[in-house]
Amino acid sequence: MAGVTLRNIVKRYGDVEAVRGINLDIADEEFVVLVGPSGCGKSTTLRMIAGLEDISDGDIAIDGDVVNDVPPKDRDIAMVFQNYALYPHMTVAENMSFGLRLKRYPKAEIKARVDEAARILDIRELLDRKPKALSGGQRQRVAMGRAIVRNPKVFLFDEPLSNLDAKLRVQMRTEIKKVHLKVRTTTVYVTHDQVEAMTLADRVVVMNHGRIEQIGPPNELYHHPRTRFVAGFIGSPAMNFIPVQLEQASGGLTMRLSDTIAMPVPAARTERYKAHVGQSGLVLGVRPEHITDAQSASGANIVPFDIRLDVIEPMGNETLVYFTLSGETMCGRVSPEAGAADGEPLKLAANLNHMHLIDAKGEVL
Amino acid sequence: MADAVLTSSSPVRRATARPGAIRRFFQRKSTIAFLMALPLILLIFGLVIYPAFYAIYLSMLRKSMTSIAWMRNCSWLPDAICTRIPFGNMQFLFTRETFWMVVYQSCLFAITAVIFKAIFGFIIAHFVHNIPAKGQRKWRGMLLIPWVIPPAMSTLAWLWLFDPSYSAFNYILSGMGFGRIPWTGDASWARFSVILVNIWVGAPFFMIMYLAALKSVPDQLYEAAEIDGANWWQRIWYVTLPMMRNIIAITALFSTIVTFANFDIVRVLTAGGPLDQTHLFATWAFRLGIEGGDIPLGASVSLFMVPILAVAAVFILRDINQRGNEA
Amino acid sequence: MTAAAMASDKSAPTRKVQYGSMSRDRAWALRWSYFFLVIFAAFFLLPPIYMFITSLKTSAEISAATNPWWVYNPTLSNYAELLTKPEYLTFFKNSVIVSVFVVTITMLISIPAAFALSRMRFWGSATLATGVFLTYLVPDTLLFIPMFKMFAVFHEITGIQLLNRWWVLLVVYPTLTVPFCTWIMIGYFASIPKELDEAAIIDGASWFQTLTRIFVPVALPGIIAATIFAFTVSWAQFLYPLAFTTSVDQLVLPVGIITTLIRGDVFAWGQIMTGALLGALPPLIIYAFLMDYYIAGLTAGATKG
Repeated sequence: MAGVTLRNIVKRYGDVEAVRGINLDIADEEFVVLVGPSGCGKSTTLRMIAGLEDISDGDIAIDGDVVNDVPPKDRDIAMVFQNYALYPHMTVAENMSFGLRLKRYPKAEIKARVDEAARILDIRELLDRKPKALSGGQRQRVAMGRAIVRNPKVFLFDEPLSNLDAKLRVQMRTEIKKVHLKVRTTTVYVTHDQVEAMTLADRVVVMNHGRIEQIGPPNELYHHPRTRFVAGFIGSPAMNFIPVQLEQASGGLTMRLSDTIAMPVPAARTERYKAHVGQSGLVLGVRPEHITDAQSASGANIVPFDIRLDVIEPMGNETLVYFTLSGETMCGRVSPEAGAADGEPLKLAANLNHMHLIDAKGEVL
Repeated sequence: MADAVLTSSSPVRRATARPGAIRRFFQRKSTIAFLMALPLILLIFGLVIYPAFYAIYLSMLRKSMTSIAWMRNCSWLPDAICTRIPFGNMQFLFTRETFWMVVYQSCLFAITAVIFKAIFGFIIAHFVHNIPAKGQRKWRGMLLIPWVIPPAMSTLAWLWLFDPSYSAFNYILSGMGFGRIPWTGDASWARFSVILVNIWVGAPFFMIMYLAALKSVPDQLYEAAEIDGANWWQRIWYVTLPMMRNIIAITALFSTIVTFANFDIVRVLTAGGPLDQTHLFATWAFRLGIEGGDIPLGASVSLFMVPILAVAAVFILRDINQRGNEA
Repeated sequence: MTAAAMASDKSAPTRKVQYGSMSRDRAWALRWSYFFLVIFAAFFLLPPIYMFITSLKTSAEISAATNPWWVYNPTLSNYAELLTKPEYLTFFKNSVIVSVFVVTITMLISIPAAFALSRMRFWGSATLATGVFLTYLVPDTLLFIPMFKMFAVFHEITGIQLLNRWWVLLVVYPTLTVPFCTWIMIGYFASIPKELDEAAIIDGASWFQTLTRIFVPVALPGIIAATIFAFTVSWAQFLYPLAFTTSVDQLVLPVGIITTLIRGDVFAWGQIMTGALLGALPPLIIYAFLMDYYIAGLTAGATKG
């Protein structure tokens, strides 16, 4: 069991910088998820921790030892791959014990460890099967079993669930979390799916263009994103962004969304935003759940406005409504009883208590 | 800068013992890879590339003074210069009627054989593809047998079938009232015979390649074409052929190389006869170089295969790369 | 057009034009297919069948003016004679030894090389992969004369005689087998997901262990196909032994049959056909049992490695 430390990690492919200086401290027993769009450098970072990619610059330490030049097999890590990478010619038990056999562990110990891992993952009856005879979820378990038997310092997961169908993915997500609670091994988990990141992580690391955008517990990222990228990436449906003009008005500050719609800034935020009056390129960010039908929402800083809907998506428990404001497609979540219909007008309300104001550089103010 | 970070902010320890430079070199991935590929590299350079260039060198040599008298067209120059002018053998070859006969026969042999192999292969592949799937394996297995038998052995059977006095074909023909055919005795018939045997050996290969290509054309395409109103012939022309174009080209080019460089069939069936009329580059080079002992001249003859082989090789490489990119 | 036609068909299912029955058309197509397949199969199988017919005949019957397509007095004397002839057995033995050694050498060279070329990448590895393929296209008929001279020169320099020794074939046959086998092994290895060797590396396997414990077992079908190819090429090779070996005790089967059984104009056709048939048998037997691997190897050459 051990922590992982990344110091100014850089990865260059020729002239292209895939990873541009990452600093990250992962504590012992922590479950950290690297999340970001494809090409953001999250997989490369994971593979550098694993030792499958050379590090162009910086240091990686596992349990306090710099491992930059240590080959993967000596880093005491285990990795679960996207396509599971099970050895097709070996049985499940052989797959799980391959690493131990290479290290010439005693037979009894190998058997004990395989049995223990199989018990944890509930795959004892599969031990004699070949990977070909397993379902996707079972293969996933075996891949995890192969990691568990090694009893490594760190687990590395590289998008382990993306080859599963939606239902199985949810199930295995829970499974991975349960296993982590049982074995308590430091885990670095890479995914492009923000839901996976939110549900699994102790801390989420959002990456973009080879840099870390924000590190934090899931809820902190959701409620207090520090950049426009994080604000837009975390949450589904995604946060609405709309350009605004910040104006000085009699009672405080006003945000002008369009010629017809202007909204007052909550009084509590006046002080924070005062310096940005008249600044160009400001963007208002509001999550869809904070745009509701006007009937079911009222209170301080909840601003009603009239709009004509484009399309609606009834989800049963709620209805997603889409409309256009200043050329931006916006999404709101209204109650099914609100009477929303395709192409019809509706009175909506924006809850500005949860608004974010973002400047031209993409930073949340 | 990184060091500053380390000392100030992290509990990081540096591994102290580093393996020696030589050991590191031998543990490097690229070094190991190179060592694993080394036997292959040695083989290619020592036994393919070196001999190929050695052949060029040999072709510039002259076997003896007696043959120089024949071949040189530079007798007006001082001997010191004339004997060193390269391609004396080539010039000599150009003056020989047999050489031009060999050029003609090699091209005729290769072109005719490849065309017919391709046509037969295509037709047979279609018939095999037409029949129910469960019977295909059996037929395919049977039809590939000519390709499996060592050509020298099967050509012996043809030689016996073509035997001047006991030809089993002539027995049938005379039974039907036709005259005897001098299968290997007459120049035109001998040419026909070697081409026939080559087609017999090579058509199954085309059949297998085309069959594999036919199987890779998705059925939906045919169904879509049928719904669009394409008849049988249009389906072949607009669906099958374009989808198979690449594999047809690769197979034909492969076969061109192999056929052009053929040795076994002509050697066993006619040994170049009658009167050197069926010699190919390979068999003539063997006759001159190994049997005749004139290695430089033999090497010169075999080198004449290179231009055509090179052109075919370039096209194959291009098609294979295309295929790789499509996949 | 079709949509409209279909719509009207649905509402009024009347048949305007009398089409031929579709199943009847198919049945006829099938019949024609079988008809032509039988003809082609007859053409393709004629020589081996005729070999077999002749091999069962006595010399007297062969030279008699009877129907050559029929055996009137079947006899196994040709087989008995040939299989007790020491020189024929020598040819057979030489062929077996040469082929087995060549297959072994080929695999030992091409499997590690294919692994290195497809997985490990080093300076010039991409060029080498293309070079391997081009080498495969260089025919034996281009190389036998310079090789002949090379071996003669080699003898002059080192005193080691390579010509007219059966084992010289162990040196030259790999030039025919290794490039193709390497090429198709590169293709097979390339089809193995990259994560598999990464998993092995993380599990603690060295590159060599990754090759022997993961890649070789996983690519076994490819290795079998390559082995079959190497064997059939070595077994059938005719030009090199014809050029490089002359003494009766050094010959391999194809050359042996052609040079010793054909003496001048006296053709012992019964024995020649028997010898040729027996010579064709090992590849045919392998083919009969491993047809799918054989065909996989055949078609693999036309794909990118």
